Amino acid sequence: MALLDVRQRAGSLFLAVIVGHILLISAQVSSKSGVPVLEAVTFGLFAEVQRGSSAVVNGVRHVWSGYIGLRNVKAENDDLKQRLAAVEVELQQQRALADQTRTLEQLLDLRDHSDMRTTGARIIGAAATPDFRTFTIDKGTRDGLRPDMAVIAPAGVVGRVVVPSARAAKVQLLVDRNAAAGVLIERSRAQGVVLGGGDNLLRMDYVAEAEDVVVGDVVVTSGIDGIYPKGFVVGQIETVEKSGPAYKRIMVKPAVDFRRLEDVLIVMTPAPARDARAGGTE
Amino acid sequence: MKAAGVVLAIAVALALQTTLARYVIRGPVAVDLVLVAVVYVALSAGPVTGLFCGTIAGLIQDALVASPVIGIGGLAKTIVGFLAGIVGTQFIVAQPLPRFVVFFGATVVHAVVFMGLYVLLEMRYFGAPYEVARVVAWQATGNAVVGVVAFQLAELLPGAVDRRGAARNRIRR
Repeated sequence: MALLDVRQRAGSLFLAVIVGHILLISAQVSSKSGVPVLEAVTFGLFAEVQRGSSAVVNGVRHVWSGYIGLRNVKAENDDLKQRLAAVEVELQQQRALADQTRTLEQLLDLRDHSDMRTTGARIIGAAATPDFRTFTIDKGTRDGLRPDMAVIAPAGVVGRVVVPSARAAKVQLLVDRNAAAGVLIERSRAQGVVLGGGDNLLRMDYVAEAEDVVVGDVVVTSGIDGIYPKGFVVGQIETVEKSGPAYKRIMVKPAVDFRRLEDVLIVMTPAPARDARAGGTE
Repeated sequence: MKAAGVVLAIAVALALQTTLARYVIRGPVAVDLVLVAVVYVALSAGPVTGLFCGTIAGLIQDALVASPVIGIGGLAKTIVGFLAGIVGTQFIVAQPLPRFVVFFGATVVHAVVFMGLYVLLEMRYFGAPYEVARVVAWQATGNAVVGVVAFQLAELLPGAVDRRGAARNRIRR
């Protein structure tokens, strides 16, 4: 009877739910503190479901492509891909190290960067809505992951850890609309900021009109944001246009093909200095 | 439609969205399977069920992605679920074309509410209007195609099972 009554008052119910949502949104907009508890708990629980679903899907895919299809060739190809990925990561590290020797400032940072530690992780799920560009990986706080750790792939920068749970973590891709990174043009050293656009291109802002930038230039991280290590490849400049009297409008094609990613590396940066100070070293 | 059916529809849509979608759906057509499930439930079960389905599905989606505000997706899907349920009870939506229009319109309404709130709160930038319109049009078309196919399959499958059973009985006689 009560259910029937509720159904007859659909309009009132609709208004009540809308008001509830507005209150919920208002409460969060005024708050500036960390990750919402609801988000962390829901994500932690659902990550386990994603892990199971991913295992089933991957199992079926591996059985199909690895055993029923080209069994030996697939195994050999996987091995070669792994070796190539390792070499490419090493190359990027070497590029970053070589870059660090160019200036005194980089020499001062050498100790921090040269002992860069990484851990591998497998992607177990994508975003629950196409409006956000995130991935779920199978490593979490138990493996030492913390928010704002950089996530990279052999080809270049992938994104950053935003919500780690115990056994999984959510990674915000560099192409997400809320993502940004400090970068510079490798050839001319012109600095700027790349911003995600939600699609598969990045926008590079704050590059002065007078700067030397041409199509095809390689864009690398500048390290200025404190998240991404300096010298890692972000992408290649696709278009350069004039945007107003002061700045250029630059579009960057990411080096990483986000649709084909399966494994990533997380840069295990040490805890922020303020945490260390809080521990009593100051 | 029973509550368990609604929960199952949301769970299946979320599971498919987070696992299979990235292997199958590429390019500009980024289908929102959860939105499709909400509209499907709303058209099948009415505005109140559609409203609750939209609320639950939207809030779960908000919590699962790196959403700066939990509730915006919930609000958008609540409105879509309620309106789709109203359309389902007030109009005859039994043919593929009307269903296509409902799914397409629902995606547009969802995008307007979702993006509008983010822009209003100055929390996200969605690009030039023509670019946004192009992306939404692609997504609406993709959602509509998936929704119509889902309806056709749901209606055909039980009939196919019955027909197969009847054929077996005839052979036995």
